[in-house]
Amino acid sequence: MTETRELEQLVKREYKYGFTTDIEQEIIPPGLDEDVVRMISAKKNEPEFMLEWRLEAFRQWQKMEEPDWAHVHYPKIDYQALSYYAAPKSQEELDADAPESLDEVDPKLLETYEKLGIPLHERAALAGVKGANVAVDAVFDSVSVTTTFKDKLAEAGVIFCSFSEAVENHPELVKKYLGTVVPQGDNYFAALNSAVFSDGSFVFVPKGVKCPMELSTYFRINARNTGQFERTLIVAEEGASVSYLEGCTAPQRDENQLHAAVVELVALDDAQIKYSTVQNWYPGDEEGKGGIYNFVTKRGECRGDRSKITWTQVEAGSAITWKYPSCILKGNDSVGEFYSVAVSNNYQQVDSGTKMIHLGERTRSTIVSKGISAGRSQNAYRGLVHIGKSARDARNFTQCDSLLIGDRCGAHTFPYIEAKNASAQLEHEATTSKVSDDQMFYLRSRGLSEEDAMNMVVSGFCKDVFNELPMEFAVEAQALLAVSLEGSVG
Amino acid sequence: MALLEIKNLHAEIDGKEILRGIDLTVNAGEVHAIMGPNGSGKSTLCHVLGGREGYEVTQGTITFDGQDLLEMETEERAVAGMLLGFQHPVEIPGVKNIYLLKEALNAKREAQGLDEVDTFSFMKQVRELVASMDMDDAFLHRGVNAGFSGGEKKRNEILQMLLLEPKLALLDETDSGLDIDALKVVSEGINRMRGEERGIILVTHYQRLLNYVEPDFVHVLYKGRIIKSGDKTLAHRLEAEGYQEILEEAS
Repeated sequence: MTETRELEQLVKREYKYGFTTDIEQEIIPPGLDEDVVRMISAKKNEPEFMLEWRLEAFRQWQKMEEPDWAHVHYPKIDYQALSYYAAPKSQEELDADAPESLDEVDPKLLETYEKLGIPLHERAALAGVKGANVAVDAVFDSVSVTTTFKDKLAEAGVIFCSFSEAVENHPELVKKYLGTVVPQGDNYFAALNSAVFSDGSFVFVPKGVKCPMELSTYFRINARNTGQFERTLIVAEEGASVSYLEGCTAPQRDENQLHAAVVELVALDDAQIKYSTVQNWYPGDEEGKGGIYNFVTKRGECRGDRSKITWTQVEAGSAITWKYPSCILKGNDSVGEFYSVAVSNNYQQVDSGTKMIHLGERTRSTIVSKGISAGRSQNAYRGLVHIGKSARDARNFTQCDSLLIGDRCGAHTFPYIEAKNASAQLEHEATTSKVSDDQMFYLRSRGLSEEDAMNMVVSGFCKDVFNELPMEFAVEAQALLAVSLEGSVG
Repeated sequence: MALLEIKNLHAEIDGKEILRGIDLTVNAGEVHAIMGPNGSGKSTLCHVLGGREGYEVTQGTITFDGQDLLEMETEERAVAGMLLGFQHPVEIPGVKNIYLLKEALNAKREAQGLDEVDTFSFMKQVRELVASMDMDDAFLHRGVNAGFSGGEKKRNEILQMLLLEPKLALLDETDSGLDIDALKVVSEGINRMRGEERGIILVTHYQRLLNYVEPDFVHVLYKGRIIKSGDKTLAHRLEAEGYQEILEEAS
């Protein structure tokens, strides 16, 4: 018993990114109706087709009911009490365009990102500090602050910019691909996002191009009582490849905030997209007060033959996480992968997993999910492997492991399998284990502190997933877990 | 000054007294064997010396290298130079053996105010030790004890000891589950550690290990007390006559 309590103390985390940036903001009044949708579209100087697209989404959303099937509990959200657009004033004055150079960016914003450890200075990044050779799009509340290395990427033919810029400068691409993986009416939160999304990142890698650097978007929620609805669209044309990482943090607040993002990935023939997430939204305090509701729709479509999409995620934050990064394996011989570490502590709730929809022949998918529960948290894996009639010789391997720290948390597994083609081969492995007193004693008797011992056991448990992260971020992810499990010992 | 001095040690677990007044002094340069039948308190003694939680010391003192051992956390005991070799080393999946070795060595170096070991000389040293234990390099890159055979786990314990060079090695049933070849390798490892500056305690059920590692002192533990001490001939007597005779004689 005493040991259990000690282990729990050990995983008490402190949230390092809970500060608020004191900056003048333009926030539209709370409430949502067609006028608000029009206002957001107008603020972005959007072409007519975007406005129509949003309005169509809004009309669908109005007819939908908020779903309640997940293994999570939260008070009903009052969607009329939220504000749907917040932007730093200084940014607002700069028109809808992102600023041309960092000199135009409010120093307070730069300071914020510096504090978060996100390199926005290309020169510094090139000079070899952390994050070198990573291009960053920084999104602050509803708008993109800046995108680094745009020129270098443009030389290679890669488009990497904020969503707003993409709508303005590459409307034909946006029109062609937006909503083709996650349609407006896909689900309640996707519909809401489609109506009111304010910014996000856009990536286009043309035929045959291997993106020369890692791309990354850093999302920061700052304003109070606002929702964050960003939209990311990544397209890799034939034979192209790209690796993309998103990170996210938010201030420490007593009330909950809604984050409902949509991510769409499109991979054409022989293209490869690797999408990694290090999610560290504010998780709420020890009593479960505050924190982000992270209700996100992420889906990739392997549209072309032999294409490949990999989702890798390290989920440490948010009061409630509800998301299933999925792959639609349409092209023959296409490959979908999902590697996930989800940590929950205190009163955090996680219902996460993936869907692998096999439609093409000889499609293959791999799911490796590692759930770590501590405190009084509830951590659920929910996964669907669907083998369609046309998916001859499809294969799936699923490995689903849970690690429990203490004895007041819960781990749950809900695997669903639908096989409509008898030639499919499916494997499912699942384990549940506890960080044992024996392991802790063994490592401590080798001179490791309790914290180091715990981190070692946990990172060993997560190794299969960390191995899949881009090199630069594997270290960061490991550090994030260490922070998450850091606490007051003794 | 004695390296380890245990005086009138009483300890219990879940309210049940297991150790009932142990006195033992180990000086640097000495090898002690503690023998006893099952349930005599051998493993409890090891756990208490290692600082495992759940064991309550109700009376007595333990001094290690001039420090009050009972005031120290498990990891403090380790970096101060005590190494506990486990009877059943636990598996830690996903953590490479080499990684644990390096972390353990660095923890000790940090406590000594030294810099972290440089990777090159560390690898060189570890490879030599691995070879000396008749192990394969691949072993370093497997998960700690994960899927190891009983013999491999014990070799791994000795490997850690050779690397960490403790002042006091406390080896709990290191000989159990070893075939004769492995027993020889493990014994050679222990013998290499013998030295003026180091104490070794072998906790064992059988006399077999003592054929290879000759103890300076042998103690018989029974019902939580050391009921008889002697030199290595005591171990031979135990082997020949069994515990019963000696127990009767002592009582």
